[in-house]
Amino acid sequence: MRTIRGMTATTTSARSDLSELGRSETALRTFLHGLPGVDQVGAEQRAAQLGTRSIKTTAKAEAIDLAIRMVDLTTLEGADTPGKVRALAAKALRPDPADPSCPHVGAVCVYPSMVPYVAEVLRGSGVHLASVATAFPSGQAPLEIKLADVRAAVEAGADEIDMVINRGAFLSGRYAEVYDEIVATKEACGDAHLKVILETGELATYDNVRRASWLAMLAGGDFIKTSTGKVPVAATLPVTLVMLEAVRDFRAATGRQVGVKPAGGIKTTKDAIKYLVMVNETVGADWLSPDWFRFGASSLLNDLLMQRTKLTTGVYAGPDYFTLD
Amino acid sequence: MSERVAVRKTYKLFIGGKFPRSESGRSYLVQSANVSLASRKDARDAVVAARAAVKGWAGATAYNRGQILYRVAEMLEGRREQFVALGVPADEVDAAIDRWVWYAGWSDKLSQVYGGANPVAGPYFNLSAPEPTGVVAVAAPEEPALLGLVSVIAPAIVTGNTVVVAASPAAPLAAVTLAEVLATSDLPGGVVNILTGRLTETVPTLAAHMDVNAIDLTGVADAELAADLEIKAAENLKRVLRPAPADHDWYADPGITRMTTLLETKTVWHPKGV
Repeated sequence: MRTIRGMTATTTSARSDLSELGRSETALRTFLHGLPGVDQVGAEQRAAQLGTRSIKTTAKAEAIDLAIRMVDLTTLEGADTPGKVRALAAKALRPDPADPSCPHVGAVCVYPSMVPYVAEVLRGSGVHLASVATAFPSGQAPLEIKLADVRAAVEAGADEIDMVINRGAFLSGRYAEVYDEIVATKEACGDAHLKVILETGELATYDNVRRASWLAMLAGGDFIKTSTGKVPVAATLPVTLVMLEAVRDFRAATGRQVGVKPAGGIKTTKDAIKYLVMVNETVGADWLSPDWFRFGASSLLNDLLMQRTKLTTGVYAGPDYFTLD
Repeated sequence: MSERVAVRKTYKLFIGGKFPRSESGRSYLVQSANVSLASRKDARDAVVAARAAVKGWAGATAYNRGQILYRVAEMLEGRREQFVALGVPADEVDAAIDRWVWYAGWSDKLSQVYGGANPVAGPYFNLSAPEPTGVVAVAAPEEPALLGLVSVIAPAIVTGNTVVVAASPAAPLAAVTLAEVLATSDLPGGVVNILTGRLTETVPTLAAHMDVNAIDLTGVADAELAADLEIKAAENLKRVLRPAPADHDWYADPGITRMTTLLETKTVWHPKGV
């Protein structure tokens, strides 16, 4: 953790300059490459260690309910139909029809064309409506088209936009281009929250994850999200740890709090609880709320519900008693 | 030259084709050996393994399942002496081997005996076909340790079910050794899962588990416990095989009831088109 303390010191001294960074490519590059490198072995070891905590009984019940409230119930398939997303939205409102004490999920996440159908169901419920936009999942489209995608989703009723960064530009070092795209997307979002998907599986190194996290936060992202779920490597604990450290240091440097959303590959209650432990140990209880931490997942919810049922009834639940999607 | 120290075997559970220790880390001393004492979480893990194996096993052809059961008999034959050394009478081992062969033969014949065309008043072909019910929890009989165990496992799996078996608490060595036979018989991992330890710890968990489709209470000697387990099993309408009477003759012809109780009948109405 030594590198992190060093980093907080650097960034604090640079506090006044942060808002100016976006003005020049050179300044951005100097800043991002000036971030201390991530100790890969240390990060992985720390993440593995935090995954060994035993969370039982009442603490487990609390964790499960919190995790349910943090779920962004997601369906991003070419085969999505209005009927399917409506059913998903209904599930988001009442995840466990047999138990009214079960909280609703954080949000429903769908493609822009499906937003109107979900909006009908969710209106006034407190469940957010997220939509992926900006030529998800590749992000390989002209900027005007990406922005039009965002505006269409917001107009249709989405109050959260999950954008993908331009990995091609990021990996070839054109940070200003990525920065400007995020700024433009944020503007197109209007009042909607902007989640910036870094697609960490394509960024190759933890150093890149840290840089992309800072870049997204500097450009105005309200959330940073690990993955689209469309590439083989999705959210992992060490990647999320690096991102959590970034949001912690960013708040220390600027005073602005940014949320984190691991997405993809989180399928079991056990996994989800590992993430919650890591949030608590890395950034503290300020982030233990659906406003600041989300899980992008689809099958996770059923496992949470089965575990919840086990705790309330004392009997192991079976997948036959929960909806498929 | 110093005298050789024998390698002593650790008797472990059999879950998903692997031999793990109990997640609780506990063991108990029985038949002069340390045997894993399964917990309710081991039972939970075993059900997960059994459920995962259902698709492949139920989807295998009946002929293939029969071949594999026959293979189990072959492997058991090869280990005959080992079971005798564990204190299983030789004629019981022979009877157990023969029982595998007997049930292996039923694999592609049962649906002809138990299913078929039904005469209906209408222009339909009406066909009933037995299908496996899914995951079956089994309390194996206390005695005879090997023949009793084989006589409850074989009829459940030959039709395509997968099982979680609570072995006889007093004589678990034969069960763990049978697991070694199963592990080397082309039987896919998870089709048979064997838990050793107290019945009162694992069987109630299995009886109440919502992802278990049937329960065989053969080895539950305590009538009160059996009644309680039946009540638990009723929650999700599990098929139930009642405890065997104390004087049950395990050497006698077993009949097909054990197989048919653990089946679902699917009936198809097909228009004749005339």
